[in-house]
Amino acid sequence: MSEITLETANGLKQTLAYPQKKMPNRFVRLLKAYPLVFVGGIMVLALIFIAVFAKQLAPYNPNYQFPNGLALSGAPLAPNHQFIMGTDDLGRDIFSRVLYGAQVSLEVGVFSSLISLFIGTTLGIVSGYFGKWVDSIIMRITDIMLAFPYILFVVALVAVLGQSVTNLFIAIGVLGWAVTARVVRGQVLSVKEFEYVQAARAMGAPTWRILFKIIFPNIGAPVIVLTTLAIGNNMLLESTLSFLGIGVAPPQASWGNMLAEGQQVFQYAPWLLYYPGLALLLAVLGFNLLGDGLRELFNPRRVR
Amino acid sequence: MSDNTALLSVRDLQKYFPIKRGLMQSTKGYVRAVDGVSFDVSPGETFGLVGESGCGKSTTGRSILRLIEPTGGQVFFGGKDIRKLGRSSMRKMRQEMQIVFQDPYGSLNPRYTIKQTLEEPLIIHGMERSSAARTKKIAELLETVGLSPSRMNRYPHEFSGGQRQRIGIARALAVNPKLIIADEPVSALDVSVQSQVLNLLDDLQKQLNLAYVFIAHDLSVVKHISDRIGVMYLGKIVELSDADDLYAEPLHPYSQALLSAVPIPDPDAKRERIILQGDLPSPANPPTGCPFHPRCKDAMDICKTVTPQWKEVRPGHHVACHLYH
Repeated sequence: MSEITLETANGLKQTLAYPQKKMPNRFVRLLKAYPLVFVGGIMVLALIFIAVFAKQLAPYNPNYQFPNGLALSGAPLAPNHQFIMGTDDLGRDIFSRVLYGAQVSLEVGVFSSLISLFIGTTLGIVSGYFGKWVDSIIMRITDIMLAFPYILFVVALVAVLGQSVTNLFIAIGVLGWAVTARVVRGQVLSVKEFEYVQAARAMGAPTWRILFKIIFPNIGAPVIVLTTLAIGNNMLLESTLSFLGIGVAPPQASWGNMLAEGQQVFQYAPWLLYYPGLALLLAVLGFNLLGDGLRELFNPRRVR
Repeated sequence: MSDNTALLSVRDLQKYFPIKRGLMQSTKGYVRAVDGVSFDVSPGETFGLVGESGCGKSTTGRSILRLIEPTGGQVFFGGKDIRKLGRSSMRKMRQEMQIVFQDPYGSLNPRYTIKQTLEEPLIIHGMERSSAARTKKIAELLETVGLSPSRMNRYPHEFSGGQRQRIGIARALAVNPKLIIADEPVSALDVSVQSQVLNLLDDLQKQLNLAYVFIAHDLSVVKHISDRIGVMYLGKIVELSDADDLYAEPLHPYSQALLSAVPIPDPDAKRERIILQGDLPSPANPPTGCPFHPRCKDAMDICKTVTPQWKEVRPGHHVACHLYH
C-alpha cells in the first residue's frame, strides 16, 4: 500500500494514515472482471469492420478467376506473396473471398436473429402474460418448432421461397424464434408476479402499457444475451446450409460454400479449408464470448 | 343490504381457486381462499383485517380491487357494484381505490426512477397534462409522505425499506383515492420504521379523509391504527367488532387465542396464554361445521356438524360461534 503525502499551506508534510486506493474507472474494472467480453467484443467489431469495408479491404474481385491463379497442373496455388491465402480450384483469391464471406455471414446472422427476436419476444410476452389457453397454444407450437429438425425445416422453406441471401435469413429467422419465445415467457412469468406490475394494474394501466413499458424493460438483459448468442449460431447455420448447397448460391462467396468447394481438393490443397474455416471459427467464437460475457455483466450479483 | 353511508361494502365475497390435476388438467376441487366475506367501510374509517398466514386476507384485498377476479359476491364502492363495471368505468373507478403493498422491494419498478414511478398514474389518468405540472405534483406527493423532492430522479435501490414504502404510499395517493387497501404495509419493515410509516398513514388519513382496509397479521399494529377489526379464519370472518371492544373482550375462541399472543408491556402481568393446537387446515378441504372446531379449546359436539350463524351478540359486535347462541 503506497502512502500519500500531502503538503499543507504552511509547508508541513502530512502522511495520510490510510491512503485511499484510487478506484479505477468503470471501464477498467469491467475489463479486469470480464476480459472475455472485450476479447469477444473486439472480435465482433473486427468482423463488422471487415464486413462493411470488404470492398475496400479486398485486394481483388472475389469472383475473378485469375489466369495465373492455378498451377500448370490445374491445382490451386498455395499461399504466396500475391495471393496471401492462396487460390481456390477455380483460381480465385481466397483472401478476397473470405472478406466478402464475412459480409454474407454477418448479414444472415444479424437479420435472422432480429426476426427471431421480434417474433419470439412478442409471442413470449403474450404467452407469459395472458397465460391460460393462449399460453397453451403458443407453447405447444413452440414445442413443435423445437421438436422438428431445424435444418430440415429451413431447407424446406428456402426451397419454397427460392435460394437467395434474403430468403435465407428470412427462413432462419422465421423458424428460429422458439428458444427466444420460451426464455421470454419464463422471464415474463417471473416478472409479472412482482408487485410493481400488480401496482400498475391497480392503477388502471392499459395492458399494452404493462406489457411494453413495464414488463419488457425488465426482461431485456437475458434477451440481449440470447440474441448475441443467436447471431453466432445463425452464422454457423448459414454456413451449414451453404455447405449443403442450399444457402448462398455460388459464385457468391460464403464461408460455407467455400468449405464445400475446398472439401473436393483438400487432400492436396488444404488451405481451401483452413481460411474460411478459421474465419467461421473466430466469428462464432467472438459472438459466443461476447454473449457469455454479457450474461455475466448483466448478472446483478456480480461486479457493480 | 348495503347501507348508504358506507364507502365500501363487501357482500359475501368469494374467491375459489380451481385445483387442476392430471393430463387433461381437469378441475379436481377448489381452494376456498375467500369464502363469503362481508363487511362495510365508512369514509375516513380504518378497517383492520387480521388472521394468520394463508387465511385469505390478501386475497380478499386483491379481490376487492379486482386484481384477482372474485368468483362470487358483490363489492359496492360508492353504491356501485364494481364487479359489474366495464373496462373503462373500472379504470376510472381505480382512481378511487388504491393499494399499498407489503414488499417495499418488489413493489417499485427497479428500472424506473421515483419520478417515473409516480408519474405513471398521472399519465394513465391524464391528470396533469404538462410535464412541469406533473413534476410539481410529484414534488408535492413526496413532501406529503416526508421525502425530499430533490431525490425524485433516483432509483428505488438507492432508498431504504421505509423510504420505499413511503414512495409506495405516494404512488397510491397520486390519484387522490378515497380508499387505500394496505396489504401488510409494515410487516416487511423493522419495528422503529414501522411506527413511522403507521404514523404517516394516520396523518394522511386525517388530512385527506382516507378510508383504509388495513390487512395485517400483527395485532398490536392493527390495534394502533384500526377503528374496527375483522378477524379472518380460513377464508371467513369469524368476528367483527370495534377495535377497543375486541381487545377488551374477544368473543370467538380464535380471537382469544390470537390476542393472548400479543405481548403486554408489563413483566409482572399474569395471564393465560392460549396455545393453538395444530395447523391451519387446508382451504381445499375445510373441516365440517365450524371451520375452527379441530383447534378450538371450547369445541362442542354441535361445532363438528353445524356451521355457526353470523350473529350480532352486542351492538356492533358480531361473531360466528356456537358459544353465543
